Amino acid sequence: MSANNPIPGIDAGDDNRGAPVIVIGGGVTGLSTAFWLAEAGVDVLVLERGITGWEASGRNGGGCSHHHSPLFAEEQRLWPMMDELLGYPTEFRPNRIRIALSPEQFALYGRAVANARKQGFRADDLDAQTVRELVPLAGDNVHAGHYYHFGGHANPHRTVQAYAWALRDRGGRLRQHVTVTGFRRQGDRVTAVETDKGVFGCDHLVIAAGPQTGRLAAMLQVDIPMRAARAEMIVTEPLPLMPLGGIDGNGLYGRQTLRGNLAYGGGPHEWVETEEQPGGPRPSTPLAGSIARRVAELLPKAAHARVIRSWAGIIENTPDGRPVIDRPAPWQNLTVATLSGVGFGLSPASGRALMQLVMRGHCDFADLSSLRLARFDRLEPDWDALQGWLPAAMASA
Amino acid sequence: MTTDPRSVAGKRLEIAERTQILIVGAGPAGIAAARHAHRGGAQVLLVDEHPVPFETMGESVPQIWGGRMGGAVRNRNAMTERMLEARPDLVELFEAGIDIRLGTACWGLFANQPNLGWMPGLVAGLVDEGQGSHLVGFDQAIVASGRRDMGLAFPGWDLPGVLGAGAALMLARLYDALDSRRAVMLGSTPEALLAALDLIDAGVTIAAVVEQAATPAAPEDLVARIRAAGVEIVTGEAPRGVTSDADGVTGLVLRNRTIPCDSVLLGVGAVPMIDLLHAAGARCAFDNDRGGFVPLLGTGGETSLPGIRAAGDCAGIWPAKTADPALAEAEGRLAAGAALAALGLADAPAENAPQPGPAADLGEYRKAWVRASVVEAVAEMPVCQCEEVTAREILEVSPPRYLNAPHLPNLTRSLTQILGEGPPDPDQIKRLTRAGMGPCQGRRCREQIQALLALQEDLSLGVVPLAGYRSPVRPISLAAAAMPEDPAIAAAWDSWFGMPRQWVPFWDVEEHYTVAALATEKEHVSE
Repeated sequence: MSANNPIPGIDAGDDNRGAPVIVIGGGVTGLSTAFWLAEAGVDVLVLERGITGWEASGRNGGGCSHHHSPLFAEEQRLWPMMDELLGYPTEFRPNRIRIALSPEQFALYGRAVANARKQGFRADDLDAQTVRELVPLAGDNVHAGHYYHFGGHANPHRTVQAYAWALRDRGGRLRQHVTVTGFRRQGDRVTAVETDKGVFGCDHLVIAAGPQTGRLAAMLQVDIPMRAARAEMIVTEPLPLMPLGGIDGNGLYGRQTLRGNLAYGGGPHEWVETEEQPGGPRPSTPLAGSIARRVAELLPKAAHARVIRSWAGIIENTPDGRPVIDRPAPWQNLTVATLSGVGFGLSPASGRALMQLVMRGHCDFADLSSLRLARFDRLEPDWDALQGWLPAAMASA
Repeated sequence: MTTDPRSVAGKRLEIAERTQILIVGAGPAGIAAARHAHRGGAQVLLVDEHPVPFETMGESVPQIWGGRMGGAVRNRNAMTERMLEARPDLVELFEAGIDIRLGTACWGLFANQPNLGWMPGLVAGLVDEGQGSHLVGFDQAIVASGRRDMGLAFPGWDLPGVLGAGAALMLARLYDALDSRRAVMLGSTPEALLAALDLIDAGVTIAAVVEQAATPAAPEDLVARIRAAGVEIVTGEAPRGVTSDADGVTGLVLRNRTIPCDSVLLGVGAVPMIDLLHAAGARCAFDNDRGGFVPLLGTGGETSLPGIRAAGDCAGIWPAKTADPALAEAEGRLAAGAALAALGLADAPAENAPQPGPAADLGEYRKAWVRASVVEAVAEMPVCQCEEVTAREILEVSPPRYLNAPHLPNLTRSLTQILGEGPPDPDQIKRLTRAGMGPCQGRRCREQIQALLALQEDLSLGVVPLAGYRSPVRPISLAAAAMPEDPAIAAAWDSWFGMPRQWVPFWDVEEHYTVAALATEKEHVSE
């Protein structure tokens, strides 16, 4: 069982060979982009500073229902086929029930339903009794609910790794523990990525590095306004599986995992400094208690279930909270992507859109005009202060 | 100054009470710290999770109890009485007026640090069965959470009767409720042999000490004491399995013989209990001479989190400290002295903390045990009992069983192919295989997985990173975790960030985004 070889690098023998396309960021967006590129026959290299999916890509609620996004239809089309496409399980399960504990919540959640219906997706209104029949852990406090015949949920950890493995199966390369330090350029082209492990030449560069995207793009004089925040989630011990795992509402996002754990988040976030060196501790706070309270309200018959972990993730946000997926001027061979805190569920579609942006310069299945970087051209310079998005220490200074 | 109404800005934590010095753990270090801090004029709160609720004990929290808790542990009042008999110093501290709470677990310590800055200061989460959770604010904390036993898998190790050596000692000495008369000790470290001697003193027959190596790990004088007590030392052997009946273990199976016993004691590694400190964000590192991963400590036992200190076994375990509680007590006094100084109640203590001598290679010893017991096992058994993950599944990074995925021996998915240039990370393996993800929170498998990964990649043990601890470090029910809450949190609650434009449908997005344009309300989907 034991091996006597030194730590085998994933690319032993490849050393510092560059690639026609380099993707910076081994999170869910970068990996999906690289997967779609490799699927299209492109020789692609992903550079990741730490471990794949380590940050927000592996710490989210796993939801796949982004009714507001131009990528929604493609998200819905792709998820049911991702296991087969990738060749590895993502634990995707379709459909969702959103429970409202009050008329106010029901009205609010109805807006999402209206958006989905307008795009041709079906959602049913459920009365309280039906909600209780479909959700065994729900209680007498249900007001009403919605059944989405779309969306669903998947396992973030498994999905991220599935992208990585599928990428490798198609000849793509992923190098972890590689820190980008700079770029080489010639005129309006990026020619190479400088890292602590050497210089990697490229014909096209994709930056999809989560909270680091702004900092990296700034090194190429591209201004992507963003601020990072910390959000928290909790998870319980496994419970018997409900017929549908995609259950949320009452101000929570999350799901029952296929193992049976209840994994939920929601509530206040904290604006933080963007780390120069990511990968530090991610302690959570007593806000876990506020999440626990609302899970116990949402699913009262699970109130006895024990919380066994909580965690925090760092999420980047653009000023309007919407993604940037674009090829910024003046560069001829640069594509940038930040999914602005909601990247997991959209990843099959965003990766495919980014692949098309790299290969053709435009996306043929969705109108990405609302995700252009130019929408921030008239943004106030102190937008972050105006929105109250400054870390506490900075705001008081 | 604009604040984001959905953020933590302006939100308050409902802190139910305050103390100057919080001490977690009422063992020798915690008691010494409490006494010293109290005499120095500080307000002290001393909490200890024992007696642990019976149901929690059944999950092997916080020790590997192995189902050998006598029925008496169901009676919490009786157990509290017994604790006070076992630790008469606690009575003295009670009478001196120190606020002591038994049966109260500290499930989280919270400190502002990079990426986290909104809390009003240092905060701890306490939980008492029946009374739920609440928050305590404190100026200084001394964590004296003790030790636990390294788990070691072999066929049958999930049966009642396989328990930690330290857990057995705790049941015998603290609870007076060890349901075992004849035990076999696995491992011959000084900690294992000292535990064996103590158990003999408590009336347990130690049928044998089993050591996989050719010679015992402990020094000769300690081995001689064990032999003098009439205990056989079997070397060059590892458990092949157990015999059992409805009550659990009836014997330990070795290569050519079976040793009759009602319990098997895991004594291959005494592990500093750093869960609370690591989950809080304190920096920890592997220290061979201190028993594994321990917090990095400055003067006065201070961790990398200012105001949070460690003393006793959770700061490091070595033979002299195991043999003599005076060392842990000295650490407790020193931490309390430094805490008093930080509060301005005393001068900084002049004495130095006790230091360990160089120890034998702990990593090689633990790896050798995992190789002999887990890797060379004649049958497959779970290493992670909660999630039922075997060593093979861990090393092959197999998807969990609930997926019923076909077993594909696919090189692409092997451990080495997901490493990159770094060492294997147990947290990555956990996310993919679920090993260490269950209700015992990795207490039984963490060190074994570390050793398995080190063996597989031919690394020294300490190179493999620590699988992270997360709060709550004790499982607590959703109902108990729901603490009182600032109404401002409820008023501004949103499932996500509550941004005015984030969920506007894409066909309704303006060409340019400005903060000023937010003055025009758009219908959007947030709470």
